[in-house]
Amino acid sequence: MTNTKPKVAFYWCASCGGCEEAVVDLAEKILDVVAAVDIVFWPVALDFKLKDVEAMADSSIVATFLNGAIRTSEQEEMAHLLRRKSQMLIAFGACSHLGGIPGLGNLWDRASIFHRAYQESPSTVNPEGTVPQPSCPQNGHPLTLPVFFDTVRSLDQVVEVDYYLPGCAPPAGLLAKAVQALLSGNLPPKGSVLAGDKALCEECPRKDSRPEKLTLKEFKRPHQVLIDPEKCMMAQNLICMGPATRGGCEARCINGNMPCTGCFGPTDNVRDYGGKALSAIASIIDSTDPAEIDSILAKIPDPVGLLYRYSLPASLLHRKKLEAA
Amino acid sequence: MPDGFEPKIVAFFCNWCTYLAADLAGTSRMKYAPNIRVIRTMCSGRLDPQFVLYALANGADGVLIGGCHPGDCHYQEGNYKTLRRYHLLKRLLKEYGIEEERVRLEWISAAEADKLRTAVNQLVEKVRALGPLRWCAPVEVREPSEVTLQ
Repeated sequence: MTNTKPKVAFYWCASCGGCEEAVVDLAEKILDVVAAVDIVFWPVALDFKLKDVEAMADSSIVATFLNGAIRTSEQEEMAHLLRRKSQMLIAFGACSHLGGIPGLGNLWDRASIFHRAYQESPSTVNPEGTVPQPSCPQNGHPLTLPVFFDTVRSLDQVVEVDYYLPGCAPPAGLLAKAVQALLSGNLPPKGSVLAGDKALCEECPRKDSRPEKLTLKEFKRPHQVLIDPEKCMMAQNLICMGPATRGGCEARCINGNMPCTGCFGPTDNVRDYGGKALSAIASIIDSTDPAEIDSILAKIPDPVGLLYRYSLPASLLHRKKLEAA
Repeated sequence: MPDGFEPKIVAFFCNWCTYLAADLAGTSRMKYAPNIRVIRTMCSGRLDPQFVLYALANGADGVLIGGCHPGDCHYQEGNYKTLRRYHLLKRLLKEYGIEEERVRLEWISAAEADKLRTAVNQLVEKVRALGPLRWCAPVEVREPSEVTLQ
């Protein structure tokens, strides 16, 4: 019997596994998906091997949903392979879309990350100072490991990407809608982010409690405030990334009474998420005195971690300056 | 420092004060370092931090931002917004490993051509001493939209 259902694949690169959960979060809707498509590759759930993918004809997979950033040579190779085998490649989730949390590794490089992980961290016992090598001889045979890059990249910095599903992780609803759109052939222009293009504030349930003119003398962190579940986060001195972040998440964090951290990334007209967020946050400081401005900003100990939590690789500067080798 | 290094500085001047100071410097035939490329914005508050990041990412060695003196902004408080953003931007750049002296904010009124000359010359000398920024995307990252400032 020939199977004529459209073929779909899922794959993961540098990610936490949360995006795989998002697929499972489809709950009973996953049965509709399985009824409509043929899942030909999904290493986290089904037993397929690399050679199965290699044996497929080019462009025989209708859509591949790839989550995770690219930080090793193996991930790069898989991105190229799946690109070749797929008609559509969808960057699934913040890491694949913008670099995500692993992208913060771009504040360091391979040597400093290896030093921390394999030598310096308090629980490490490694008197010989062994660090992973791409190849090492073992009983006369070479054993190989993927190369670990200095720089983490988003998927579209490695291969061409057709669509983006934003979020950490993308809400199941967005995925269901995307699958539907793919199956119906009713597709937005290539390169689109499959969510709205309005800032989160627009769809925020607390938007009416946002003051007309918002100015703050102090930033607080969530553990320092008993957060009022009705009132605008910014009006409670909390840094909320809503003004700079694409909506479409149904304000998940706000509804959980936590400020937005920006996982959906920028809206279509913004090139650098952190630059725009910086603009929004700094301009509401209620001071005209440079020393006072500095003391208010001192409550932001790690500007990159705040402004580029999910998007350092996709930012204009991509990473911390690499020292010349 | 490589021989013959000439810093490339992108300057964002507000329409009402610093740009006029640059005009005045010109009509007064003042001489200052020819390393700046001036971009006029209606207000220093129009300066999106993305502009500075874009300039640095695409070949600029330094950025000069010029606005009206505090209290003198044509739009009341645009320059205060610039000031706040500038302070956070400097801390951001530091985390990226970029020397903070490469980006400088100066209040220069329409009458202060001399202050403009000094600010430009000082920044150019500072950046010359720091050497080229040479920010380019890491080897594995290339974007089709990359441009080189000439």
